[in-house]
Amino acid sequence: MAAREPIPGTPIFDGREAIKGYALNKMCFSFNHADARAAFKADEEGYMAKFGLNEAQKAAVRARNVLQLIEAGGNIYYLAKFAGIFGLSVQDVGAQQTGMTVDAFKEYLRSQGD
Amino acid sequence: MARIIGGMTSSHIPAVGNAYHRKLFQDPYWKPFFDGYPPIHEWLAREKPDVAVVFYNDHGSNFFLDKMPTFSIGAAAEYRNEDEGWGIPTIGTFQGHPELSWHIIEGVVEDGFDVCSCQEMIVDHGFTVPVQLFWGDENKGAIKTIPVCINTVQHPLPSPKRCLEFGRAIGRAVRSWGGDEKVVMLGTGGLSHQLDGTRAGFINKKFDLMCMEKIVDRPDELAEMSIHDLVREAGAQGAEFILWLAMRGALGDDVVKLHQNYHIPISNTGAGTMLFEAVA
Repeated sequence: MAAREPIPGTPIFDGREAIKGYALNKMCFSFNHADARAAFKADEEGYMAKFGLNEAQKAAVRARNVLQLIEAGGNIYYLAKFAGIFGLSVQDVGAQQTGMTVDAFKEYLRSQGD
Repeated sequence: MARIIGGMTSSHIPAVGNAYHRKLFQDPYWKPFFDGYPPIHEWLAREKPDVAVVFYNDHGSNFFLDKMPTFSIGAAAEYRNEDEGWGIPTIGTFQGHPELSWHIIEGVVEDGFDVCSCQEMIVDHGFTVPVQLFWGDENKGAIKTIPVCINTVQHPLPSPKRCLEFGRAIGRAVRSWGGDEKVVMLGTGGLSHQLDGTRAGFINKKFDLMCMEKIVDRPDELAEMSIHDLVREAGAQGAEFILWLAMRGALGDDVVKLHQNYHIPISNTGAGTMLFEAVA
């Protein structure tokens, strides 16, 4: 297949990422269930160990850092369930990744309608 | 024979599900979005379709990365909506049409699309939000549904061209069904948005409006794009536009556009709503 020009600031969740992030994404998938979310909150380290997260993934989870989570193989569809545990909206997540305040991020979204 | 009478498109943003639940129809933020729907409600009340084929993508509810089918079709009598993990209210079950589902599955496999059939399927906001927007909680029991799920989670995603052709195969299968049902096609998701990476928040109004214009009469031109083109122009999750192309394919060659609405932003997204009537 032809090499594709990277799109700046845009992760592509391909097979390479799928291999890297499997344990992390599997843990996040479990958060569809309320009892899993409660179990994570009660013992984060134990819960991460149960799913076999590697050190980079554990550090990213501890830091609640979305870019680090993506770097560690996280897929945004599953990471959304992790963010949900902390009540973070997609604007909160967007603001964190772009280094904006949430208000500035919301204004950026709005401004693109002009 | 079954008749495809038309199609609709709608974003399926989860925040819409919450706004619907809280009845924020007149709220200044939400009004320009919800105002796009009454003309479609009137059309549905007049035409009274029996079945909706819903092109959507799963968001980590029914499928995990352990098994990720490219194209899957629900074949259940009933579809459940369940907890997605971040607080969108669940809205119960949706009625299926397993006999027509199997007819479609047989038709598209014969046509070269080797789909995954699902006799149990949890449907998430990708499916539930559009059905709720078009029929309302009060009328959603009146419509039988056939979920058609296209992978947008794990690359490689199917190409726009392939999705348009998949929709065409579904259209042919529905039109060959012996029942007398009136069927509508729903294209969900989009338009431009990106949730992940340092480009998060990217919306492309010009591109969205071009897609809404060309999808009426020139879908094959849009299908010339690659997934990579779509991601670049519409954002990482803007690739969901393949769901609209599948819907458009199912409607047949000629359609009349009856209505459209476009608004930025709803959540992180350029939200497009359209109504088409199929020309028999």
